[in-house]
Parts: sequence; structure tokens; C-alpha cells
Amino acid sequence: MSPAQARADVIVVGAGIVGSACAHELARRGLDVLVLDDRRGGATAVGMGHLVAMDDNPAELALSAWSLELWRHLAPDLDDASAYRNCGTLWLAADDVEMAAADAKRATLAAHGLDCQLLGARALATAEPALRDGLHGALRVAGDGILYAPNAAEWLLAKGGARIIRHAAQVVQVCGNLVRLADERWLRADAVVLANGIHAADLCPDLPLRPKKGHLLITDRYPGRIHHQLVELGYVTSAHASEGTSVAFNAQPRPTGQIFLGSSRQFDTLDRRVEGPVLARMLRRALDYLPGLAGLNAIRSWTGFRAASPDGLPLLGPHPGQPGLWLAVGHEGLGVTTAPASARLLAAQLFDERPPIDPTPYQPQRFPLAQSAVPAQEARP
Amino acid sequence: MIDVHLDGRPLRVAPGTTVAAALCLGGDGSSRTSVGGQRRAPFCGMGVCQECRVEIDGQRRLACQTLCQPGMRVETRP
Repeated sequence: MSPAQARADVIVVGAGIVGSACAHELARRGLDVLVLDDRRGGATAVGMGHLVAMDDNPAELALSAWSLELWRHLAPDLDDASAYRNCGTLWLAADDVEMAAADAKRATLAAHGLDCQLLGARALATAEPALRDGLHGALRVAGDGILYAPNAAEWLLAKGGARIIRHAAQVVQVCGNLVRLADERWLRADAVVLANGIHAADLCPDLPLRPKKGHLLITDRYPGRIHHQLVELGYVTSAHASEGTSVAFNAQPRPTGQIFLGSSRQFDTLDRRVEGPVLARMLRRALDYLPGLAGLNAIRSWTGFRAASPDGLPLLGPHPGQPGLWLAVGHEGLGVTTAPASARLLAAQLFDERPPIDPTPYQPQRFPLAQSAVPAQEARP
Repeated sequence: MIDVHLDGRPLRVAPGTTVAAALCLGGDGSSRTSVGGQRRAPFCGMGVCQECRVEIDGQRRLACQTLCQPGMRVETRP
């Protein structure tokens, strides 16, 4: 069967926040985009939707800071269902060592032009009275926020108008600028963008993506208990671990009044079940910071998988071994934050332009990727 | 018999009555109002679906998993 030319310039695989942002950006530039998604759901469907400046390395900060600026520009136009709030993040310091870390983080973020300030113990207690006594302070990052990513992804696609067409279809094979659907049809476009998170590894086994499982829990509505996204500074240590199971306190005030709790990290499992012992550890950690949680009613707990790359940065750019295939994957837990800037970086490379930040640290060619994934003879289009 | 208050009104129920049953006996059957403004009511009856969240003596509880106690104050609104 010969491949049919898709009625689009670009095929985007995956309608999560990253795929939707890519489609949105390409449509904004006047391209017709076909978005294929198999409705399996990925990180977008289950994550927290925390928009957060992360500074583990200069490239992560450059991408997240730029992307937060793009979100703030989009914010006035986002619909109510996207539930954007510019609540800011408080990075909590439990002792002097963490307070020093907060100050170092302040210096790094401030040098990048981000609005942030240190709060002492008393200012922190005033800002968030539900926190336990004895915390040493916090770093407040004013430009951070939250949104409801599944609806924001929908909004990004809808804004593309007639230029974006969505099909519920499963892609079972990619080969450069060709994709094969589950019904055996092959489609061709000028470019194919893989933006389907952890599922990209099924289509491109050479991609260095590892699942990191996370647990989440949400309470009934308790308006006004907390006001910022609250994250312990130890979160960074947890997020950096590459083995074993770690938990860190992370709490978000939902616009509904619900309190949304994370976080945990586990490696190399794809078991979706909520694991009691891990959830219990995560909740004990949360109680260390918000003792009042003990009297609240939790209504749901679930899990999800972050698609982690070896260096913690996404893969954004051309697949070095497959002409016509472009990658926007490996965002780990930061895809909602970095989706708009990821889309801009990808589009700039597609259009052979120089983007506002150096694309090199995110380019897929930093990893050894296979030269080709030529289909077997009988399947060759 | 047990006397409780449902949205400020007195209600007399038999011992062993769940709050979910009391909602049916003395109110509109609903436990709460959703974010979207809809009235919501008990569904699964076994503590799983979370539809019957209701305020009991100032705490959020599941109506289907809570037995009426003397003097209990149950609030389903807003």
C-alpha cells in the first residue's frame, strides 16, 4: 500500500500538552497540522499542572523561564476551564542548610531576571498559616503558577482553528516522515513530530526515555487553607535521584478549593496501581509540613508516568537518523511548564531559524540514536 | 430514636440510620453542590465513589459511611 499524503503539512503524534503546543505553534505559523492521538493518555492527563521555574542546570532554567513568560502572555486568553492561576511557588526551607539553598536559588533565578524573594520564618507563617511551626523560611517565586493541563491542551488545539485537524488514531510505526496507523494505512507529511511522551519509546525504541512513576492525591474542597504551590527544597534531591523510591512534599491549591498533593518517584515500573506503602510515605511527608491535612477527606489517588531522559532535559529537534522525523519528548515532570517554549524551539528548527535561546542542549543528537528504523520489506510503504 | 439537624431543620431517625438515608428522609436526597452548581447525591453506597461528601459537625465526611448520632448537624449547602 502506498502512503497517502496527509491533508496537512505536519503530522503531530500525541495530543498532550507538548503535542498540542507544537500543533498550536505550527498552525500559528500558517501550517496545516494533523494531530493523531490514541486516547491512551499520558503525563498531561494525570500531572499536577505546576508551572515552575526549574534551575537544576542553565539549560533547564533557560527553557522553563522562557516558557513561563510565554504562558503568562497566553494567560489572559486562556478559557476558565484551563484554570490558570498565577499563585507563585514557595520553596520551603526546613533548616539552615535548606535556607542557604533557598538563597542560592534566589541568586540564580534573580540573575535570570525572575521575580523572587526570601521569606523569613515569620513572613512564611503569615503567608501560609497552615504550615507547621519551626520552618526556617522560604523562597517565593512570583511568576510561577498552575493550570489544568488537559483543558489547556484542548484550548491550544482549538485556537488553531481549521489549521488543526484531530484524529483519534493509534500510530503503530514511524519511519522518517511516514506513519503507519493501526488500520495499516500509511500517512505522509512534510514532517512528523513525535510528541507522545513515554509512548514515543514504543515507536522509536532507541529513544533514551525511562518511566518515572508518580503518585498523586486530591482532597475534598477546603478553600483558603493554602495559597501558593508549596514545595519542600528537598524536592530537588528527590527529583534528581536515579534509583529507588523517593518522596517529597508538594501541595497545590486548586481553584476549586481542593488540595492537590504530590510527589513520589519510582523507576522502571509501568504498573499503574496505587501502591499503599508509597502513598503512605508521601502523605506522611505532607503531614510533616501541613499537619492539618490529617483531618481532611481525600477523594482520589492515582498514578502517572513521567518520560525521563538521562540528563533531565527534553529532546527537541530532528531525529538524527531519520530525515523528516522530529522529536518533542522526554519532558519528565516539566512538560506543562515547558510546552510553549518547547514548541517554539521545535518550530524554529523546522523553519531553520535561530530561536531566542540556544537549542543545542535539547537537540536529540546528544544521544546515540539509531540511523534508521526501516520497516520490514513486506511492510515497506 | 435519634434527633439530628439537617440543613438547620430537625429530623428524627431510627438508630442505625446512615446520614445518606437521613438525606433521603429529611432533605432533597442530596449531599452537596458541585463546583458546577449541580446538586449531587449518594451513588455507590459503599464509600468508594465520593459523591456523598457532606459536612457533618464541621468536618467533610461520606454520608454513606457515617451513622446518625444524637445532635449531629448535617449541612448539604452550599
